Amino acid sequence: MEAKAIYARLESQFPGKVGGFKEDVLEPYCLVDPQAIVEVCRFVRDDPALKFEVLSDLTALDWPKDEKIQVVYHLYSYAFKHQLVLKADLPRDNPAIASVENVWKVANWFEREVFDLFGVIFEGHSDLRRIMLPEDWVGHPLRKDYVEQEEYDGISTQRAPLVEKLLR
Amino acid sequence: MNETIPVQPEGFYTEDMTISVGPQHPSTHGVLRFVVKTDGEVISEALPDVGYLHRSIEKIGEKVTWHGYVPYTDRADYLAAMFANQGFCMAAERLSGTEVTRRGEFCRVIACELNRIASHLISVGTFGQDIGAITPFVHALRERESINNLMEEICGARLTYNYIRIGGVGYDILPETCARISEFLDHFEPIVDEFNRLLSNNKIFRERLAGVAVISLEDALSYNLVGPNLRGAGLKWDIRRDIPYSVYPELEFDVPVGSGHIGKLGDSFDRYWVRIREMQESCKILRQCLKMLPKGPAIAKVPRKFKPPPGECYVRVEAPRGDMGFYVVSDGSEYPYRVRIRTGSFTAMSIIDKLSKGIMVADLIALIGSLDVDAPEIDR
Repeated sequence: MEAKAIYARLESQFPGKVGGFKEDVLEPYCLVDPQAIVEVCRFVRDDPALKFEVLSDLTALDWPKDEKIQVVYHLYSYAFKHQLVLKADLPRDNPAIASVENVWKVANWFEREVFDLFGVIFEGHSDLRRIMLPEDWVGHPLRKDYVEQEEYDGISTQRAPLVEKLLR
Repeated sequence: MNETIPVQPEGFYTEDMTISVGPQHPSTHGVLRFVVKTDGEVISEALPDVGYLHRSIEKIGEKVTWHGYVPYTDRADYLAAMFANQGFCMAAERLSGTEVTRRGEFCRVIACELNRIASHLISVGTFGQDIGAITPFVHALRERESINNLMEEICGARLTYNYIRIGGVGYDILPETCARISEFLDHFEPIVDEFNRLLSNNKIFRERLAGVAVISLEDALSYNLVGPNLRGAGLKWDIRRDIPYSVYPELEFDVPVGSGHIGKLGDSFDRYWVRIREMQESCKILRQCLKMLPKGPAIAKVPRKFKPPPGECYVRVEAPRGDMGFYVVSDGSEYPYRVRIRTGSFTAMSIIDKLSKGIMVADLIALIGSLDVDAPEIDR
């Protein structure tokens, strides 16, 4: 199905919850109300005309200027060979959204990664722990305003540039 | 563990044992760890613990220029660096509307397919070693060494290539190199049969894999397994064929899928067997490319100060470990706003927890090997 038709179908199914469809870009996307993310995802997976069986990717974008964190869902349908991009805007100071783990199992790890690197809380997630970084790490590195801690566990994370030392 | 121990009337009791497999364990292929709970030989839970090789490649992407990021993508999966190069360059090209030269596209396919063979050789070789067959590993590595030599001839590097650039490839492939690649193919095709005699048709090897750690198609979709793992579960899906990119639509090749011919559909052997047959398909592709290689420049003219217009795109390439996705966002500046690399090993790793329930310790090793997870690709 063409991108336009997919979004038209979504908008008629969830009036007021799906909107902001952008068509004149490389990859069309639409915004979903964070409250409705699970029902929208379940609908697009089960609808026989859409059949988005796989969650290809789940990640986030940090937009400090707009004070928001955007969670981005890339869905794909092997049956119809079409793609859908959903985005949910969350407030930057307290980003939280429902987990889609019960729709696609793979979301479990994707969401752990986004939690680890962006600090987005996924409500209803079965095991929301850091995945890449140590449990006691401070901060979420993929945020634009992230400042690396000066030391970790008593070990400095800073190193003087080796070349300058040799030149001296 | 802090669970209460049930005391039985006679004073005997049994208790689950918690073992740490890895981070430095030969079967974990790199640095990753499993916290395994077992009741004797039977596993009740195997929790993967990853992140040991996290090098923040995605964050680095926001700090370096578009051209400057290409060498970093090599490190995303060092066994198949060419594909990460290609994925990122394709995303940058799509954002900026750059056309790749025709010769450049063929050079890319040649380099990628050689790299695919090399990566699969490591996969099937180490898999045999995990199962207990040491010799095939040495044979596989010997063949990979010839590919490394060819790669060195093509781009000057043996592991982290930095060969594919935005707009084409860094260096043209010389006619002498083409001759040597074709020589290698003549030599390698019979080697696959020899390898099958040595390992694939070995009775012990087959019995260790047939019917072990079966992944149903439903699970494969829900956990978003990709590449040989998905095809092993029976779905004929290959990005090269189904979402065509580069010059793949002009090339003829089959997409091998699992059939469950010695065990059950989606078992460890199916995933292994798909890889063996993919190497043969890659040889076919290479022969066609060498014949069709057109004349012309290998790289298009791309400005040094590369600034794609604001926008975003999601590009998929078929890497040896499946669908590698690059989600790249540009804000119109010299640096990417965000680079996200979605890899096949990451999702493959997440299914291990589910599959490991109730299997034997030895089968866990077969499961990890058959999924071909690669630690750097999981952690990035």
